[in-house]
Amino acid sequence: MVGNVVTILVAAMIVIGAAFNLIAALGLIRLPDIYTRMHAASKAGTLGSGVLLIALGIQAGDIGIFTRALAGVAFFLLTAPISAHLLAKASYAMGYRLTDQSVMDEMPKGAGPDNNAGC
Amino acid sequence: MMSAQMILDWAVFIALVLLSLAMALTVFRVIRGPTLPDRILALDMLVATAIGFIAVIGIKTGFALYLDIAIALGLVGFLATVAFARFVMARGFVSEGHLDQSKAATGEKNGG
Repeated sequence: MVGNVVTILVAAMIVIGAAFNLIAALGLIRLPDIYTRMHAASKAGTLGSGVLLIALGIQAGDIGIFTRALAGVAFFLLTAPISAHLLAKASYAMGYRLTDQSVMDEMPKGAGPDNNAGC
Repeated sequence: MMSAQMILDWAVFIALVLLSLAMALTVFRVIRGPTLPDRILALDMLVATAIGFIAVIGIKTGFALYLDIAIALGLVGFLATVAFARFVMARGFVSEGHLDQSKAATGEKNGG
């Protein structure tokens, strides 16, 4: 009985995680510029992968494997914002513009050749 | 009444279909661009989707060792993205990418 509940929980988690990954990919296609795409990919994508890894840890039914899955999720949650922030900083400093639909650019005098970008 | 194992099999099938669709959309963004940071971001997202894919395959086959592969892939993907970001910083602004971006932006506005 408990095994059935765990199996159904794992089934729900993998469908939810895969759906989050698909939503992140849709955001990557539909959003207008690099900065908004980054927001979709680094939040929804990381959450989807994390849910799938935790589902694998639960399904294995072993405390060691579950701990390793949690360590992996913690690693992804730590590294995804770092890489996204580094990429955003590099591309903003090199003058890749915000989209025309942007409401405001909070550092228009930032480093880079295009100081009036995005306004 | 479906058994729990049957529900899990169907869930694995649905998850694999959804993840394949996500991978196809991400590959489309890698090819389309329009700028270098867009491609780098899409490659990063591709690594995240591959990690999810590996986890689902691990549930399907029952081998928990796939978890180690997923963690190693995440480490490689993080290092690759950091190296690409440093490369964007070192390369400087390339005006071709800028022209492509403005053209693509107006194209998307007309299309969408």
